[in-house]
Amino acid sequence: MDFFAQEDFWRAFLRWAHVIAGVMWIGHLWYFNFTQTPTMPKIPAEMRPAVVRFILPEALFWFRWGAMLTLIFGLILAWQNDYLLQAIILGIGSGSARTVSIGWGMWLGAIMWANVWFLIWPNQKKVIGITSATPDEVNSARRIAGLASRVNTLLSIPMLYAMVFAPHYYGGM
Amino acid sequence: MESLLNNLWATIAAGFVLTIILAIIIPVMS
Repeated sequence: MDFFAQEDFWRAFLRWAHVIAGVMWIGHLWYFNFTQTPTMPKIPAEMRPAVVRFILPEALFWFRWGAMLTLIFGLILAWQNDYLLQAIILGIGSGSARTVSIGWGMWLGAIMWANVWFLIWPNQKKVIGITSATPDEVNSARRIAGLASRVNTLLSIPMLYAMVFAPHYYGGM
Repeated sequence: MESLLNNLWATIAAGFVLTIILAIIIPVMS
């Protein structure tokens, strides 16, 4: 059980936790964009409440808390590995492509996290009825949440490039 | 912008374009 005392073990453990939370988050993001949203218009109107009242609130729970844990584990990871501040300033002046890459990954991820907590979730609360809203406000909330969700789908592709290529490609440069 | 985002495949294509831009600027920035 010596590995519990090793700093390297906890470093890898945190990275594993960061990836697990990230899969929970981005998995749900892609479920919304690849599966639920394109399928909704094909579902008979009388069956749609099943999705909005039962599946959506549950999916949004794992989605937003997955985002929160990904950010928290990611920040601890960057701090523990001593590149948090360098990455926040996008590695400018570091001379390291790895730090620039992880910096971009962190910024894109942080923007996505803010989209989840400040745009998608407050607007989805109106859609699922946690926050009271008029039908017009619900329609507007659905549009804003949907657009923010699409922006996150767009950003997830370069974000994952920056995150994965930082240690596995730029790491050796 | 909104019409791009309303199309899932256009959104993904834009994601790949941003990725290529990132791949170009990362080595330059370092």
